[in-house]
Amino acid sequence: MKNWRNHLGLIIPILVVVGLAVWPALTDSISAREQAFTILKAVALASSLNILLGYTGYVSFGHIVFYGFGGYIGLYFLNEQGWSIWASLLIAGISAGLLAFLLGKAILRLRGGYFALATIGINEAMKALINNLDIFGGAVGMTLNFKVYKTYGGAAEALSMAFYIMAGLALASIIVSYLVRVSKFGLGLLAIRENEDAAEVMGIVAPDAKTWAYVLSAIIPGMVGMLFFFKNGNVEPHVAFPLHASIELLVMVMLGGQGTVLGPILGAFAYQGMRGYLVTSDIFKDIQLSVSGAVLLLIILFIPAGAVGWLRNRFAPLRRVLP
Amino acid sequence: MTTLLQIQGVTKRFGGLQALTDVTFNLSEGQIMGLIGPNGAGKTTLFNCINGVYTPEEGKILFQGENVTGSKTYNMARRGLARTHQIVQPLNELTVQENIMAGACFGRENHNLHNAAEIANEVMDFVGLDTRTDQLAASLNVAQKKRLEMARALAARPYLLLLDEVLAGLNPSEIGEMVETVKKIRDRGITIIMIEHVMKAVMNVSDHMLVLDYGQQIAEGTPTEIANNPQVIEAYLGDPELAKKLMGDDE
Repeated sequence: MKNWRNHLGLIIPILVVVGLAVWPALTDSISAREQAFTILKAVALASSLNILLGYTGYVSFGHIVFYGFGGYIGLYFLNEQGWSIWASLLIAGISAGLLAFLLGKAILRLRGGYFALATIGINEAMKALINNLDIFGGAVGMTLNFKVYKTYGGAAEALSMAFYIMAGLALASIIVSYLVRVSKFGLGLLAIRENEDAAEVMGIVAPDAKTWAYVLSAIIPGMVGMLFFFKNGNVEPHVAFPLHASIELLVMVMLGGQGTVLGPILGAFAYQGMRGYLVTSDIFKDIQLSVSGAVLLLIILFIPAGAVGWLRNRFAPLRRVLP
Repeated sequence: MTTLLQIQGVTKRFGGLQALTDVTFNLSEGQIMGLIGPNGAGKTTLFNCINGVYTPEEGKILFQGENVTGSKTYNMARRGLARTHQIVQPLNELTVQENIMAGACFGRENHNLHNAAEIANEVMDFVGLDTRTDQLAASLNVAQKKRLEMARALAARPYLLLLDEVLAGLNPSEIGEMVETVKKIRDRGITIIMIEHVMKAVMNVSDHMLVLDYGQQIAEGTPTEIANNPQVIEAYLGDPELAKKLMGDDE
């Protein structure tokens, strides 16, 4: 492996995720596993969002819709149709991707703030729709039949398994993110981000490229949603489609550095760390989201490129190492 | 010589404004065509009709004998048409090399990243950006950005290249270099239409010229014919002093 340096941009993120995945086993602590689960979930979601936000330059304020929608579909098949967790994860990912494909055809022609507004509207519309669908339990949602856990060796085993699947999803999300970033497809996305009209003049079929970026950014969130609701044991509309979670994802991506592979991972770490501190602090616990909002404002004002972006701008050689 | 581009009665309106009226010409392979006219004459609008930014209300555009009227810009790029913009459009946060690679990757030949990098290196040598490979496009000066636009267009290995005021804003020595580059591109067999206000340069480099005024095609011919055409002198150049200067340059 003489060229290992060329792949540092992938190796570092993989080491981070693998480290997180083995940490709870090493310390044999349930609370460590819960913490690691939350961070891995954030890594998977933020890395996925980055494909749309960071590479393609389309700000989605409602990305959590794929998490909620995929999660609902997956849990429905797991719970009501008796599918295995693997098949349910698959259908969760596929249905989130399909939703993104259809939405993309409709709203990706909007640019800038109009696209962002549309994504918020879609999230709220989906929440209202699910709220009124009896098949998904309406406003009460669905509760997992705990017999399902037995299939996987009891609740404790099932939760442990969910943790490792989440680690796998986080790993998959950063590998996808890396592969997109260093591919020809990724170059096309970056060109769209920089100047969509010029990109089209160069021959990039922007409508198609944007749609596939949207689909890619939606699949893993759908699977993450399914896994989270499986672990949680139930799902309700307001838990599945929380607008503030979309905004938290934006903060993570912006904080770490949009458009870089490592950025969203660092952002997820930093944000979850900060959140963990804030919700347990006497002073901040009630205004935790306000602090997140303030952080987002400060990043946009002072370091719009995020931490990794800032480093890349400061030290040009890092551009080759940290794609 | 085979005809690469045929423009047949192209008319474009923006609301009540008649931007182009019944423009008709043929362009043969391997030629440089100079497109001149006062500001607002419709030159860039004509480019935008040819490369698919606008669809003309009337008329037809044939590229390599095929009707391409109303094709999307990316489809025109894939057919072998590349252009530069009057106002440069660099991909700011990408490096010079990545900018040019994007041209090679998505243009007519649809290269993979590896081949695109090689083409980019070759084109950077050709236009004189070889020392700027890893610089961000945003950090280039205007003359370099114009070269970058040209490099990006060339990397696509087009059959037809539309150059929109590549000389504007350059100093005399930069103009000289750019004119040489344009001639070298023609020598590679690429057909060129160039919009230009720097008369001496465009007269010097063009095989054939077309003059637009208020969207009307008022003259067509060799540079000498254009320079001596009374209608052009009157309607376009207007200023007799400028006309005299132009004739002087042409001797």
